[in-house]
Amino acid sequence: MNDLIHFTLNGEKVTSDRSANERLLDVLREDFKLTGVKCGCKEGECGACSVLLDGVLANSCMVAMGSIEGSEVVTIEGYSETKRFQALSDAYAQTSAVQCGFCIPGMVLACEALLAKNPNPTDAEIRKGISGNLCRCTGYNAIVEAVKIAAREGKGLW
Amino acid sequence: MQSISKSIPKRDHFPKISGRAKYVDDLQIEGLLHGKILRSSVACAEINEILIPDLPNGYFVIDKNDVPGVNSVHVVDDDTPVFSDGTVNYVGEAILMVAGRDLKVVNQILKQIKVIYHEKQPVLDMMKSDTIFYQYGYTKGDWESAFRDADKIIEEDFQTGYQEHVYMEVQGMIGSYENGKAIIRGTMQCPYYVHTAVKRAMGFESDKVQVIQEEMGGAFGGKEDYPSILGCQVAVAAYKTGKPVKVILDRNEDITCSPKRHPAKMHYRAAIKNGEVTGIDADVVYDCGAFTTLSPVVLQRGLICATGVYDFKNLRVRGKAVKTNTVPNGAFRGFGGPQTFFSIEMFMDHLAKEIGLDSVRLKERMVVKQGDDSATSGKYHFHVPFPAMIEKLDQISGFRKKRETFRHQTGRYRSGIGISLVYHGCGFTGSGERDLIKGVVKVVKNTDDTVELLTAGTDMGQGLKTVFAKIASDTLGIPLEQVIVQNPDTDRVPNSGPTAASRSLMVVGKLLQRAAEKLKQDWKPGEYQEVVEKYVHPDFMIPWDLSKFQGDPYPDYSWSANAVEVKVDTLTATTEIVGAWGVYDVGTPIDMAIIIGQMQGGFLQGIGYGSMELLGVNEKGVIRNNSFSDYIIPTSMDVPNLVTEVVENTYDNGPFGGKGAGELPAVGGAPAFVEAMENALGVNLHHTPFSQEDAMKVLEALKK
Repeated sequence: MNDLIHFTLNGEKVTSDRSANERLLDVLREDFKLTGVKCGCKEGECGACSVLLDGVLANSCMVAMGSIEGSEVVTIEGYSETKRFQALSDAYAQTSAVQCGFCIPGMVLACEALLAKNPNPTDAEIRKGISGNLCRCTGYNAIVEAVKIAAREGKGLW
Repeated sequence: MQSISKSIPKRDHFPKISGRAKYVDDLQIEGLLHGKILRSSVACAEINEILIPDLPNGYFVIDKNDVPGVNSVHVVDDDTPVFSDGTVNYVGEAILMVAGRDLKVVNQILKQIKVIYHEKQPVLDMMKSDTIFYQYGYTKGDWESAFRDADKIIEEDFQTGYQEHVYMEVQGMIGSYENGKAIIRGTMQCPYYVHTAVKRAMGFESDKVQVIQEEMGGAFGGKEDYPSILGCQVAVAAYKTGKPVKVILDRNEDITCSPKRHPAKMHYRAAIKNGEVTGIDADVVYDCGAFTTLSPVVLQRGLICATGVYDFKNLRVRGKAVKTNTVPNGAFRGFGGPQTFFSIEMFMDHLAKEIGLDSVRLKERMVVKQGDDSATSGKYHFHVPFPAMIEKLDQISGFRKKRETFRHQTGRYRSGIGISLVYHGCGFTGSGERDLIKGVVKVVKNTDDTVELLTAGTDMGQGLKTVFAKIASDTLGIPLEQVIVQNPDTDRVPNSGPTAASRSLMVVGKLLQRAAEKLKQDWKPGEYQEVVEKYVHPDFMIPWDLSKFQGDPYPDYSWSANAVEVKVDTLTATTEIVGAWGVYDVGTPIDMAIIIGQMQGGFLQGIGYGSMELLGVNEKGVIRNNSFSDYIIPTSMDVPNLVTEVVENTYDNGPFGGKGAGELPAVGGAPAFVEAMENALGVNLHHTPFSQEDAMKVLEALKK
């Protein structure tokens, strides 16, 4: 038991026998089959592999397993069970903000991290909040608009 | 707004946003081997020897000797090898593959393999290439007299750089070989291109190759030709190993070896007489890289676009696509158009200054209208709504007033606003739709009265599944839920052609509409029914003759007018994009939110192409910045807001009046941005991308 890493994943207590220097991204995808966590660059630039790590947005490709002992990790698979997700999903649907979809699980978690801190963000605050997540399809407008809709229609959720 | 334009939630919305959609790297397959490709580290060499260590049990090396059919990948021509034939022609060329259970072991083996090269001097400068892959030219009117009789002749050189697609999902394929059949699945725009290529490389009959498209994380043209190469490689690997083999490129590898937008150098001349542009002469060179891939057609489109949206009575256009020892270039949204459109738009801006006019005035004066001859002596058969589009652009951007205001600036911060007018020809270039593609669709009605649309069309995010379903649902008068659209599998779908060239909605969508109309007339509740519909070439078109480079290359065109406003800090050369506005004619939008999303995403790519997306190759032919840290694309903070509008100009030969849309917005961003920089800096500019460093050079030179 001593050589296992313990953490909470989408609300469940789990362990991993991977070495401390492995990437959280690879463990989530390969061992836990959480393939909603996407790999875009493996260097912390694109945000496709974003997860919530103790409530903070993190690129899981840049997180070593050794650093997550006792932490709480939420991926899109866990987040998509929440009411907040539903509000964001409905808003994204209204603006057709999902194109290829590859950046979207990470982008949605970036929106959650933003709204959790700031339930009524301005355009500029939204653009800053999602600036670590690259999207090559939309030009970002539809996503910015969706965050505003979610903030308005999901009032009280954040 | 027509009722079909009203937006609906996209069909792929929920699977993608919830993380449930399976892209190729997400598939769980029993007994899978991981493949990794050993790539050339030098730009031009013969391979003397390859030293391979003893392989652990269950690990394989796959190379040219394992290709059961022909060691070449059919794209347009057949010069690309599946695996190196003993020479390497660019840094990144595939030499062999290592495959096995554990990717870490595969990578260790790859590191131990030594390739002994006999290096040769690579050709890296397209202007020094002595291998011309393709060459075309055409004239119109009496261009020689125009230049002979001119009051003044203006000559300028233009240059455009590489652009990397940066689809968020890298290239990836899984090949398997079961019961004499090669099965290929992965991220791809054109399943039947892959099918044709794999069939040839494997030496198999058509029914022994099956190609399945998985969910696709963006493409932008980058998954038009490359999947044929990777598809052949995984097919050969699966054939040799007897196991499914998956190859997913690393991002660095993807940027190193996958196709990009062709860099181009262009020389333009204009004849001016009595304050009018009376003749134009364009000489264009596109850098193909080491193999031909899609270059002939990219060059053709580039040359067709070379004189822009203007009615020049006398012109000559010549161009060639040449070989260099660099990564082969291919399709990228706009497909050869953005390079020449950049040049003609900048040239028009400069000619206007010579004549003493504002550039927009000159452009408005010369813009084509319905009934005019096109550059290639075809015709603009339909309404060209530029006057209304320019008016709308002024309403939303206020560019006319701003240009006056910005004319007299002093102080540290200088503003500029640039305007571009462009088109994208809808569908395959020339006679391709009629002679090469011959698209076929099938519509099947099941006994439960659900209707399935069978086409080879792929959804890479552009919304194809949603708009196809809308076309069928509206035509048949049945609920959307009754219409089924799945990712194509060549065992099930007919060849409706590639998902490229802004053709899917206009051409394939029209075939679906016709098939649905027939099914509606013959609808028998509770019975299984099939309708097959084949491409019919529009009879109004002036036949395209490639040998003369004359005729109608496209049935119709989509149009756009773009404005970009910048503010430059003349002390630091920092440029802020203050606003970006685009007005588009894509016929009837089949879904307004999808069209707006296409326009905005493409516009931002075009602005990136003009401003920041710089890819460099060093003196050894190595791409210097093959990572997201060093190849920079726009983030949400680089442009404050994209204001986009459509004008509705119904195209009768498209479904519900729709025509090509996907590529158009990527064409006009760069010239609008660079003209804005010209306005702000007070100089003429000639290249993309025009970066902060470039602005600093201009400002330093102005000080002297």
